[in-house]
Amino acid sequence: MPALETQPVKTTDSIAAIKSEDFGYTEARHLLLRAGFGGTDEQIRTLARWGPEKSVDHLVNYGKIKADEAGADAFENDIIRPLTNEERQRVNRARQTGDEDTLAMYRTERQRRQREDRRQMREIQRAWITRMIESPRPLEEKMTLFWHGHFATSFRGVEDSYHMYAQNRLFRGNAMGNLGNLLRGIVRDPAMLKYLNNNQNRKDSPNENLGRELLELFSLGEGNYTERDIKEAARTLTGFTFEDNDFRFNQNQHDNGPKNVLGVQGNLDGNSLVSAILNQQACALFIVLKLYRFFVRDIPMDLSAIDTGSRKAILRLAQMFRLGNYEIKPVIRKMLLSKHFYDPTNIGSKIKSPSELLIGSVRSLQVPVRDIGIVTEAMELMGQSVFLPPSVKGWDGGRSWINTSTMFVRQNTLIYLLTGALPTRPLFLKDPAYFDALALVPSLNTPGDSDPSDEQIVRELAMVTLGQANDDVVDSVLSGARGSQGEGAMRENEVVVRALVMLTSMPEYQLC
Amino acid sequence: MSNHLNPSDIKAWTRRDFLQSSAMFASAALTVPAFVQSSALALPRPMMGLSSIAGVDEDRILVVIQLSGGNDGLNTLVPYGDDAYQRVRPRIALSANEVLMLNRNGGLGLHGSMSGFKELYDEGMCAIVQGVGYPNPNRSHFASMDIWHTADTAGTGDGWLGKYVDSQCCGYGSGTPGAKASTNQAQNDPPPPLIAIGKTAPLALHGRTMMPVAIESADMYQWTGEKMGKDLNKAYIGSIEDRSEADMASGAEDNKSFLVRTAMDAQVSSKKIRKAVDAESLVQYPNSQLANQLSMVASMIRAGMPTRVFYVSHGSFDTHANQGGAQGTHARLLQQLSEAVSAFYKDLKAQGNEGRVLSSCFSEFGRRVGQNGSGGTDHGTAAPMFLFGPMVNPGLHSRYPSLTNLDNGDLKYTVDFRQVYAEVLDEWLSAPSKEVLGRGYKHLRVLKS
Repeated sequence: MPALETQPVKTTDSIAAIKSEDFGYTEARHLLLRAGFGGTDEQIRTLARWGPEKSVDHLVNYGKIKADEAGADAFENDIIRPLTNEERQRVNRARQTGDEDTLAMYRTERQRRQREDRRQMREIQRAWITRMIESPRPLEEKMTLFWHGHFATSFRGVEDSYHMYAQNRLFRGNAMGNLGNLLRGIVRDPAMLKYLNNNQNRKDSPNENLGRELLELFSLGEGNYTERDIKEAARTLTGFTFEDNDFRFNQNQHDNGPKNVLGVQGNLDGNSLVSAILNQQACALFIVLKLYRFFVRDIPMDLSAIDTGSRKAILRLAQMFRLGNYEIKPVIRKMLLSKHFYDPTNIGSKIKSPSELLIGSVRSLQVPVRDIGIVTEAMELMGQSVFLPPSVKGWDGGRSWINTSTMFVRQNTLIYLLTGALPTRPLFLKDPAYFDALALVPSLNTPGDSDPSDEQIVRELAMVTLGQANDDVVDSVLSGARGSQGEGAMRENEVVVRALVMLTSMPEYQLC
Repeated sequence: MSNHLNPSDIKAWTRRDFLQSSAMFASAALTVPAFVQSSALALPRPMMGLSSIAGVDEDRILVVIQLSGGNDGLNTLVPYGDDAYQRVRPRIALSANEVLMLNRNGGLGLHGSMSGFKELYDEGMCAIVQGVGYPNPNRSHFASMDIWHTADTAGTGDGWLGKYVDSQCCGYGSGTPGAKASTNQAQNDPPPPLIAIGKTAPLALHGRTMMPVAIESADMYQWTGEKMGKDLNKAYIGSIEDRSEADMASGAEDNKSFLVRTAMDAQVSSKKIRKAVDAESLVQYPNSQLANQLSMVASMIRAGMPTRVFYVSHGSFDTHANQGGAQGTHARLLQQLSEAVSAFYKDLKAQGNEGRVLSSCFSEFGRRVGQNGSGGTDHGTAAPMFLFGPMVNPGLHSRYPSLTNLDNGDLKYTVDFRQVYAEVLDEWLSAPSKEVLGRGYKHLRVLKS
């Protein structure tokens, strides 16, 4: 099972803006799915009416839309905290005198705090997922998720939920800002410093972990630096550590000797390292490639392995990113407006990530969330637990999301959202939250003369869920949902729910 | 659309049968998720004797048993004859008559609750590697577990078994994302996915090319819609089946047909697994979670699932307080482990499959040499690893770490765990360990060659 597409494709290489007359329902739906988490029929129609320019600007300039700010104080910041001097002395004394009771007390207290911190981590996870569902600025959350996957940091290695939360705020605050700021921020971020052991990076015993990943995974990509660059990069980051919740530059542990990274010489530190990185052509291309994979199509990271049109479009965007001083917003805007983005090859071709699937379903079908804990757990079962990426490489995406067990979880979680039924026994302990499925059928909700047939209703539901109404799919959904009931059955909410169970179980529903 | 086959009659519509009769087999193999695809090649061979192992590489299975929480190695493989052991563990040490003697002169025995392990040992089915660890041991559960899972002392890469799959699949080699696919057709055939019994798959199984399958129970591994009425189920399966066949005929390989095929395979394998698990085991398993997990694995092996790596786990071994000695919490955990593994191999033997299945049992770290003030032990370092199956070189390997020459109260490891991984990869899974682990490691000859 290759993780990526294997079929040869042909696409337009133009990154010029799509013309208004070429921007209809399909294109508006595509934009909303990729730059957000999809939308309702009404929202799609609104964007289609607005046209490409206004729609993209609305999504990209999200700062103008009022949204609740989750402040730095939304969660406890000292569940995990270092011992005070006094406490440390007491522990040391207990160790020397063999005072096991005192030691046991501190151990118990530490374990209690760790349990409490794991609880808070779950709470933070749920809060973010809720935010993705509710935010009037979907692109802000999507970009935050992008940076989380890019600078992948896991609570498993950090073991401090507040540090994870602070990092999430760093990503959100700089989501559409400047890459340089993000890189300078990440080498000072306590969660990252802990995750990649930079708190152990000292002048006499350098730890290369952060230096290596910074070049390999966060900025340049393999093959665009030497092993020597990594060693030197690690030296520039010596003494970059944290104390409690804040970055701290430990001057005593910093290597002040002359260094040479990526051709830049001098007594370099973290900031000059970032500047040296940004000087490299490879940096703009690497980041644009990753953005492209996130927003446009599941392509290999190797440019020579993709079609000419996409390659040219990517190179143009990368050039623009570099000339634009690594400002993120203009390059995203250009990408989302480009003819290339709306090429038929790119529409409906991407496998939804677990978050796109679930958050998108809630946002577009208006199903009740029922239990955010179950939704969060379902995402974990599908392979995407936010704040817990599998490794520093983040999520691979594309076909790697899908296997037979995740396929069941994907289908069954949708059934849960639609009906409240869980796959475990005893089945159908129904959640009382009512889902008004009939509200999804546009022709039943437009005042006037329409009196749709059952088939017409299924067709409209297929458009809402799959973006297309293929005859065979409509036939099977109609017979599956209606069973032996006759014409008119589709006016029953329960029958419409059954139709949606089938539609969301269709393989196409996994695509966006 | 009409005339769909009865979905309960699995034989009538298995994808395997379809594939076997299909001229499109070769091109379809590129995208078929392989759950069912390979099963035709790997049916159980009940008649297979040990001697033929060399000829049946494709059938070899590895079962990893993870002991979570840090198993106390000193009270598992017990150096009861060592004064230092008795001295630093006054409350929890085992005496000579509380162990199952392995080596009287060396004063070494298995914990008394592990009669199942002892039987396997006496039958020549158990190898014990002593003093397994790694340099600069990490005492955090998460960090150390990640190190064992990634086979990397930074613990930040892909899983070692995931990398094993990558090395077998699609020309990915070192696991670089997006590396060019090999042009070699045979290499492009995807191996069957790895299976973890549990809610999610551990890091060890995560690679670049495919996601491991996690099965908590056969109940969970099915489409909920199946229980929403015959009409719905029939229409859904009919639709997937029709489209799967149409894709097969056209040779489509885009994301949509990939998803159709996976949905189809999910249906078929779900039936297959439920059938396998519903079949009564050939032996009686004890009542524990680990035994349930291993019994599921045995059922799947018996049903001819093509999967080559299964992962189960048992715990929690984090015995900071009142762990007990000959009896108590730790003794119970070891007894469950020993009984479950013993039943598993009896089952495999009854199936005629024991020669195909190597099992390996590890924990993220051992515990400190001395007991703590709460009648328990804190996080430590080196501990023994166990390997089971007729293909092991039975007995004790490496040497027991000294209990007096310590590193800050902890055992100094005598064997790097990656030496065991390397041998399992090279000798059992026929995969290049250098490529998977990033460098070569000396084999201990734990396996018969």
